[in-house]
Amino acid sequence: MRKTRGTLITTLTWFLVALFFFPIGWMVFTSLKSEGDAASIPPKFLATLNFDQYAIVFDRGMGSYLMNSFTASIGSTLLVLLLAIPAAYALSIRPIKSVKDVLFFFISTRFLPAAASILPVFFILKALGALDNITALGLLYAAMNLPIAVWMMRSFYNEVPMEIVEAAQVDGASLRVELTRVVLPILLPGIAAVALICFIFSWNEYFLATLLTTFQARTTPPFLASFVDGRGQFLAVLSAASTLAVLPVIIAGWVAQKQLVRGLAMGAVK
Amino acid sequence: MTTTLEKTFSPPRKPRVAVTPALRKKGRQARALVLPALIFSIVITQIPFLVTIYFSLLNWNQLRPSEIKFAWFDNYKVVFTGPDFLPSLISTVIITGSSVVLSLLLGLFFAILLDRKFFGQGLARTLMITPFLVMPAAAALIWKWSLLDVNVGMINFALKLFGVPAVAWNTDFPVLTIIMMLTWQYTPFMMLILLAGLQSQSREVLEAASVDGAGPWRTFQFMTLPHLRQYIEIATLLGSIMLLQAFDPIAIMTKGTGGSKTLSYLLYERAFIGLDVGQAAAFGVVTVVVTIAVASIALRTLFKVFIDGGER
Repeated sequence: MRKTRGTLITTLTWFLVALFFFPIGWMVFTSLKSEGDAASIPPKFLATLNFDQYAIVFDRGMGSYLMNSFTASIGSTLLVLLLAIPAAYALSIRPIKSVKDVLFFFISTRFLPAAASILPVFFILKALGALDNITALGLLYAAMNLPIAVWMMRSFYNEVPMEIVEAAQVDGASLRVELTRVVLPILLPGIAAVALICFIFSWNEYFLATLLTTFQARTTPPFLASFVDGRGQFLAVLSAASTLAVLPVIIAGWVAQKQLVRGLAMGAVK
Repeated sequence: MTTTLEKTFSPPRKPRVAVTPALRKKGRQARALVLPALIFSIVITQIPFLVTIYFSLLNWNQLRPSEIKFAWFDNYKVVFTGPDFLPSLISTVIITGSSVVLSLLLGLFFAILLDRKFFGQGLARTLMITPFLVMPAAAALIWKWSLLDVNVGMINFALKLFGVPAVAWNTDFPVLTIIMMLTWQYTPFMMLILLAGLQSQSREVLEAASVDGAGPWRTFQFMTLPHLRQYIEIATLLGSIMLLQAFDPIAIMTKGTGGSKTLSYLLYERAFIGLDVGQAAAFGVVTVVVTIAVASIALRTLFKVFIDGGER
């Protein structure tokens, strides 16, 4: 009796999980079909599968858009780490007086809708000749992710045993040694979590990318929409492009699930 | 019981070492460490906003760039007397509110299901977090064209199996479509945080409760839920911050039609489709003021949970 109930709940769980995963599975499946099969009614659950659509996607230049996405995401993530690691140190291990004000300031910038300051950003970049520029986009992404990174890093610092830091201080270690030799090695998993989250948010960003880039610096998210056109069928090719676009983040997220959870909760859970 | 939580939520630490001149020097150095991040953040996020405030006082139509002049508060008059702002505010509340509540409830449900030991638990969890990882723009396109399309959409196909006629989701039920899409993306997020909460419960205490004769529902109600409270707060707050700014699905799926024009989409439309820079900026300023007013309540809770240690 108890066992049947267990089996029943497991079956229900798997059914619901499959339902939630279905859109992604269907996208991958559709990307391997021909356009005709992809748009057939009723849908074809059996079809000849091949990678033709992926060839089309790369023919339309998706490679350079993916490269732009990598550049902006990795560049902005590195910059965020460079700024957040020392900043959070001063908010945790050796707290400055106005810790709360600084933390408050950072998180409040995250509440500002990006849309509210997009016009000045647009005009300033235009005046600087930096529209459609991948560096400019990366800088904006860094600013977008910095608050979360600082908060997350701070909570990771808070877990470093104070005894270790104090021992180093008694030994007369300089601030630099204290930070790079004593604290940072303990922090590596935390840093990985911060980097992963920043990478994901930058990679997936659509709003700024669509408004501030046109061709040279275009990233993947705004490019995807170009596969939807009024002429003929596009479901299979759109699915192929979307699969390629989501793949890096999904793989990274799957591999680093533990870090992901901690990161998403700004370090609040383990 | 929850050592991690207590540690992460602890207030700023005070060094226990006596203050020497060397330490004081390190204090100055510490301030220097936080400055680059502060300056970077101020330059990129605050200065453009100050410029937005300035723009909002101008009469500036992009068709007549030579006639820019001071308009003082005329643009704000348009915001408050015009027909756009209030409906957009209501849409934002409806869409954000229902997505947060729905994804939180579903997330809790999934967290409870996945907390059990069962066949393929790890794989189920991995598959379940995927919707949150999917690029929102890609998700919106796939939902719109591959799942919700009137002719070839899989959801309409499934409905037809049950005898329900095809539904033109994007055009007939735009608000519902957006909420559905956002709930799908954010349920995994809520689930992850709540699952972490469930797994940090002490098994012994739960077993003791069951030995003492507490049924599963009573155990859940009196032990698990209070334990989860902090996790629910974190999930709600962080989820709301992100959902409040949701833009991609609206831009891609409904273009703000039929009550789905949230504030972030309205601002975009004013700024890049409309030609009146001053008015667009005024909409932006008012939105920020409203957001900050609401957010300050959220921020206070956030601080209570994260910095002051929270009440248990």
